[in-house]
Amino acid sequence: MQTSTDDVLIGRIANGDRLAMQVLFARHHVRVYRFVLRLVRNEATAEDLISEVFLDIWRQAGKFEGRAAVSTWMLGIARFKALSALRRKPEEELDDETAAQIEDHSDDPETTLAKKDKGSQLRQALNGLSNEHREIIDLVYYHEKSVEEVAGIVGIPAATVKTRMFYARKKLSELLKEQGIDRGWP
Amino acid sequence: MNTINKDVPSDIEELLPWHAAGTLSSGDARRVEDALVRDPELARRYALVRDELGETILLNETLGAPSAQAMNKLFAKIDAEPARKPPVSFNLSARVSSFFASMTPRTLAFAGGAALFAILLQAGFIASVLIKEAGPARYVTASAPSTDPGVGAFTLIRFAPQASQDDVTKFLEANKLAIVAGPADGGFYKIRVSAAAMPKADYATIVKKLRANKVVGFIATTE
Repeated sequence: MQTSTDDVLIGRIANGDRLAMQVLFARHHVRVYRFVLRLVRNEATAEDLISEVFLDIWRQAGKFEGRAAVSTWMLGIARFKALSALRRKPEEELDDETAAQIEDHSDDPETTLAKKDKGSQLRQALNGLSNEHREIIDLVYYHEKSVEEVAGIVGIPAATVKTRMFYARKKLSELLKEQGIDRGWP
Repeated sequence: MNTINKDVPSDIEELLPWHAAGTLSSGDARRVEDALVRDPELARRYALVRDELGETILLNETLGAPSAQAMNKLFAKIDAEPARKPPVSFNLSARVSSFFASMTPRTLAFAGGAALFAILLQAGFIASVLIKEAGPARYVTASAPSTDPGVGAFTLIRFAPQASQDDVTKFLEANKLAIVAGPADGGFYKIRVSAAAMPKADYATIVKKLRANKVVGFIATTE
């Protein structure tokens, strides 16, 4: 239902309707922001990028052919922007931020308590995945994208989507094992 | 019965994450459901998938949201964009409709009147040419010059754009010409210069004379 109304909004945006743009932004910006944030791991950068993503949507709306859902199209643009930003960003800066984020969960009393919680450890392991594995897990579990939609967003064949997801999950188990949690798989 | 290899995923096992997220087709979802009922190990792994799903959602939901500044930035950029041209439509009727819709009632009435006047003027011109060509009723003998448009000497003329109806009528009368067909593509009229066939030299002289008249925009000979 929402997909068809998104299509209508895109049609209006193509005609320069600012209100339609506001509606589309309100509807999707949080998810797009979270998707980008998980890739770039910097809130200010993610916030800048979502305005770029939606500006692209404003500019390209007339070319949208409706072959994919609007949300899938948006995530494809968001991914491209995020990866471009990562390429521009110095490697060291990124590593520092990544390390800082992981250290956030380290050994203060609260975190020690939380570590006993299997869920929090799973979330920590999710944060420890590579960008490639993290994005596919987010797309499937959080953004509810089908195999074909993920293939369209990431730009890989559907068969590769399935194997990449499998190996992302396998890596997750390995990270949990390093934290002392054996899931009995793989 | 355990049918799963730990390192090489089966087709069904690969689909578990999408089954948990509810994004499989109904056919694939049925296949997975059947396999889960048959295979306890697969069902155990499916439970792991469901844990991952729940924690991924929780993790993303705790990421917060962008500030209101994001929307302000976006619309500042949109406002800075060059004005968007309306989409080009090739739908002729829609374009004609929108053209007329854009007119005020007074403009529309004036345009309608002008169009009516132009149509009447054109009708008057055609009628006058036809009346002159037909002439008064008379006897026609078998030896008289033929009025069949296919017989005689003809030329193709496009009148000069500035020539008035009066100019054209006087030109036709003065040169004893008759319009037998037209206007065709390009605004050409087929003009009879003689009721009978004529020598090429005489025909060329007449065409040359007609070409010199300011009423004639373009003249071409016909076979």
